[in-house]
This record gives sequence, C-alpha cells and structure tokens, in this order.
Amino acid sequence: MNGEPLAVEADGLVKRFGALEAVAGVSFSVAHGEVFAFLGPNGAGKSTTINMLCTLARPSAGVARVAGFDVVERPKAVRRHIGLVFQEQTLDEQLTANENLRFHAVLYRVRRNEVESRIEHVLELVGLADRGNDLVSTFSGGMARRLEIARALLHTPDVLFLDEPTIGLDPQTRALMWEDVMRMRDEEGVTVFLTTHYMDEAEYADRIAIIDYGRIVALDTPAQLKAGVGADRVELRTADDAKALCALTAAGYDVRPSENGMTITIADGEAAVAPLIGATGVPVWHVHVHRPTLDDVFLNFTGREIREQSGDGRSMMQRAWTRHR
Amino acid sequence: MASTTLPHSRTRHEAVDRDTIWSDELRTIAMVWRRELIRFTRTRTRILSGIVQPLLFLFVLGYGMATLVGTTGGFDFKKFVFPGIVAMSVVSTAIFAAMSIVWDREFGFLREMLIAPVSRSALVLGKTAGGSTIATMQGSLMLLLAPLIGVHLTLLLVVQVVLLELLMALALTAFGVFVASHITKMESFQVVMQLLLLPMLFLSGAMFPLRGLPPWLAVLTRVNPLTYAIDPIRHIVFAAQNMPPAARVRFPTGVELFGRTLPLAGEIAIVGAFAVVFLALAIHAFGRPE
Repeated sequence: MNGEPLAVEADGLVKRFGALEAVAGVSFSVAHGEVFAFLGPNGAGKSTTINMLCTLARPSAGVARVAGFDVVERPKAVRRHIGLVFQEQTLDEQLTANENLRFHAVLYRVRRNEVESRIEHVLELVGLADRGNDLVSTFSGGMARRLEIARALLHTPDVLFLDEPTIGLDPQTRALMWEDVMRMRDEEGVTVFLTTHYMDEAEYADRIAIIDYGRIVALDTPAQLKAGVGADRVELRTADDAKALCALTAAGYDVRPSENGMTITIADGEAAVAPLIGATGVPVWHVHVHRPTLDDVFLNFTGREIREQSGDGRSMMQRAWTRHR
Repeated sequence: MASTTLPHSRTRHEAVDRDTIWSDELRTIAMVWRRELIRFTRTRTRILSGIVQPLLFLFVLGYGMATLVGTTGGFDFKKFVFPGIVAMSVVSTAIFAAMSIVWDREFGFLREMLIAPVSRSALVLGKTAGGSTIATMQGSLMLLLAPLIGVHLTLLLVVQVVLLELLMALALTAFGVFVASHITKMESFQVVMQLLLLPMLFLSGAMFPLRGLPPWLAVLTRVNPLTYAIDPIRHIVFAAQNMPPAARVRFPTGVELFGRTLPLAGEIAIVGAFAVVFLALAIHAFGRPE
C-alpha cells in the first residue's frame, strides 16, 4: 500500500432519504487486491453504500474515492474503473454471450485490438469458454450470473462491486461462483467489494464490515471478529456427569454444568477434545465443539440474529463442525 | 495455477483519463445501432408481423375500398393508399423499435447501458439510428409490392422515397424513445401504442385524401406531424405515375395550411424540425433516475 492509492476510501458517508438516514456516516478503506465484505441484514444500508461508491446515488454528506477518483467529482472516471454486478440480471438474453461482452467492451472503451482476447480470457475465467456463441436465453441462472461477473471484469476494472451476487443461486452454484471470484482476485489482481447477508459468504472475505442501521458496528478479519467474541465451547455428555465435572474441575478446566451435561470454555476446542475425554475418567456419550461463528459475532454486535432467507448459514456450519467431531 | 503473464497488463491510473472522447462516442453509437439490428434479424416474428399488417391494409382495405371509390382514369384507391401503407409500415416499425426501451428496462439491460461511462446522447442516438434503419428497411420492403398493384417505380423514385422514409423514421423513433423513457411499466406499453400509433396513422392522410374534410378533422390532421411526412412520399410516387387530370383531382396531394398549399421543402422541414426537437427531448428524458 506504500504510496499506491487505496482501492476504496470512504469518509463519513451519509445518505438521507427525507427524514430517514439510510447510511449514517460510514468510514472505511479497502486496499488493492483485498476481498472486502459488507455484511448486514436487508435494509441495513449495504446497497445504498454500494450505490454511492458506484456513483449511482449522490452522498448527502461525506466523501468517497474509488480507484483514486472522487465519486462526486469524477463519476465517469469512477465508472470506467469499476465492474458492477447487481442483484438483478442485466444481460440481453436475445444476444449471445460474446455479443453481450462486445457491447460492454465498446461501452467501457476496451481497445479494439484487445476486445476479442479479453472476451476469450474472461469467459475462460468463469468456465464459459465453450458457450460464447450461445444465446444468453439458453443459460441457467448460475451461468448468467457468472457471465455477468465475466462481463464486469472485461474492462480490467480496479474494483469489482458485487451486490448480493449469489442471491437466488443454489449452494453448489454459489460455491462455483466463489471459486471464480477468488481466482479472479488472484489472476486479475482486482479488488472485490461485496455485500451479502449470507454468513458463510462473508467467510471468504479478507475483511468484513458489519453494518446495521446504516452504521459500521465492527470491521476486522473474520478470524479476529470471531476471536473477539470469545473462546470455543465444548459440550460434553457422559455416563456420569457429576464425576466427570469433578475430574475436569480438578484438572483445571473452566467447566460448568449445563442442561444435560457440561460446557467447557477453552481456546482451541478441537485440539482439546482428546485430552478432555481422557481427563473425564468416565465413558463419554457426546461431544460437540462450538466455535464462535459470524452469527455469534453478528449477535454480539447488533444484539440480534441476522435474518437468513434460505440455505441457513449457521446450520450449514454446524453441520460441518458436527462432521469434524 | 496462477498464470505468470496476463494477456493484457492492467494500465491502472492512466495519466490521461478524459471523460469525453469523440471517437469513443461514435463507437458507442455504432454498437447500440448494431445491437438493434441483431435483435431485429433475430426475431423473425417481428419482421413477419411488420409485413403482414401493412399487407392486410393494402390488399384487404385497398380492394375493399376500391370497389366503393371506383376507378378514375385507371387510377384506383389501391394506388392512392399505397404510399400511405409504405409510411404506415415505417411508422409502426419505428415506434415499436423505440418502445423496446421498455423491454430493456424490464429485463435490466437498460441499467447496463445507463451505468456505463458513456453519454446519454450516444445511447439515444444509437437507439434512434438503429430503430430508423430497421423502420426504413421494413418500409422499403413494401416497395417491392408496387408492381403487384400497378404502381410504377423508377430508380430516382426509390432513392427519394427511401430518403424520406429515413427522415420520417428518425422523427418517429426519436418521438418513440421520448415516450418510452417515461414508461416504466410493461402494461402501459399497449395503452400507449393504442393511444398514439393508431390515431396518428388514421389522422395522417395515409388512408384518405386531406381535402374537403370537416374543420375539426382538418385541424387534427394538420397538427399531426405524420401528415407532413406522408404527403411528400405520396407526391413523389404520384409524380412518377401516368395520372390523368381527373385522377389528380380525385386523389390530390399537398397539405393546405392557413389557406396555402405547403411546398414539399416546407413539409420536409417540419418533419426535420420534429425529429430534432424530439431527439433533444429524448436525450433529456432518457436515463433519468428510475
């Protein structure tokens, strides 16, 4: 970052709609090549912030620079240096993938002699190299979304903005899309700024800003955010809970009885499982390691759980941890 | 599997980053124009419906009315209505092409255009150029029917008519883009078509001569810009026909305004002015915040 301008800088951004303050003064910066996520429930101000950064909405107060250009003073320069993928599709279904891309290339001033090779390159990035001449109307929802991401990268933008990029996609397609995005970051060196209300998606980000009621309530790496919430919890159920409780307390563990067993609070719950079981001295029926999730982080900062639509992030992670047991 | 060399290195923060470069604007206009043509050739039903409707008017209405109106010196209603039908084909294609903006909005593609770092003027000019080209092609296709109803064509006539079609198409597409920019709902589209297109066609002199009309109808036809677009076409087509004087009286050309017959150049100027005004209005209206 020495000397190189930041990809995104926002200082005290405010957006008012009448009496409503949709964005109530947010400040943050995103370095080049970073994957930065805005996490928050619907209506938290994520899309409004992204719209201000993309020059689609004028800030009521505050300043923002994207790719080194002021969003109010140089909107066209900003737009030329960013790629955008919206929640809703913006492809022409009556055109082929290649035709959609060529149209975009002209609108974003890709040099004539580079157009075809760029098209080939971005289609390859999203695994649609063999579908270039097919009409977009024949594409599945996931393919169309990936084509949109390819299109957003066509003019080698500095920053790629993805507003709820995986909304309405099935889990498998979402995973594929994330592979694409990460590959692009690595190969094209593009900065990725995304909004999401899926917890498991925010995990992909280098840093997460949790936004609620128009304010950033937390901003850090996923690991740091989770560490800030607290240590892991290990739940145990044994043949003789009373005896196990005594043994573990004697062994120096921070253990408390729970509804049907006991809970041990410990830094690295997974690594502690084997010694814990050994220390109980009785047969163990059930072990469950609970790591703080982003849900816990969110709950901790906002006092409520994020509303999930489908593909519930928490239960997915819990399933994953249960399998690790 | 990180590739070491990218096909094209990124040129971040170029020293020059001007907002308007003329060659880029021209390239944008050409691209928007091309998209219209690609979409047009890809929707065969649209081309077909663009042919069937005028055919219906020409042959069904033409033959039907011909028996009523009769023949004057070998000249009948079919020949009279033919230039009107050519114009009608241009008008409906132009309006329909312009209205595709409503589709673009519905399917999101309008947003892709509006957020691009290009000027609204380039987008509107491209759209108008595309719609006009399609409308002119569709109208010129109708000229192929001329021999079937006994209308003589000369090369000069065809060139003149095509040029007039192009001017008319420009005016109507610009007008259509202006109207379409204000329509946000798909449902409104049919209503607008019914309320604009049909009255404009019926009150334009496409179907009947503009002489001896009751005053209220005469006024309505005179405020309709289409009137001044259709008359020159009819004038040029009739000039190439071997019409006896009786037929010229029966099927007159020329639009009388304030007791004087407008010269051809005046009519063309009115259509040209209409095109310029609505192009400016369309650019202004296009892409206002949704």
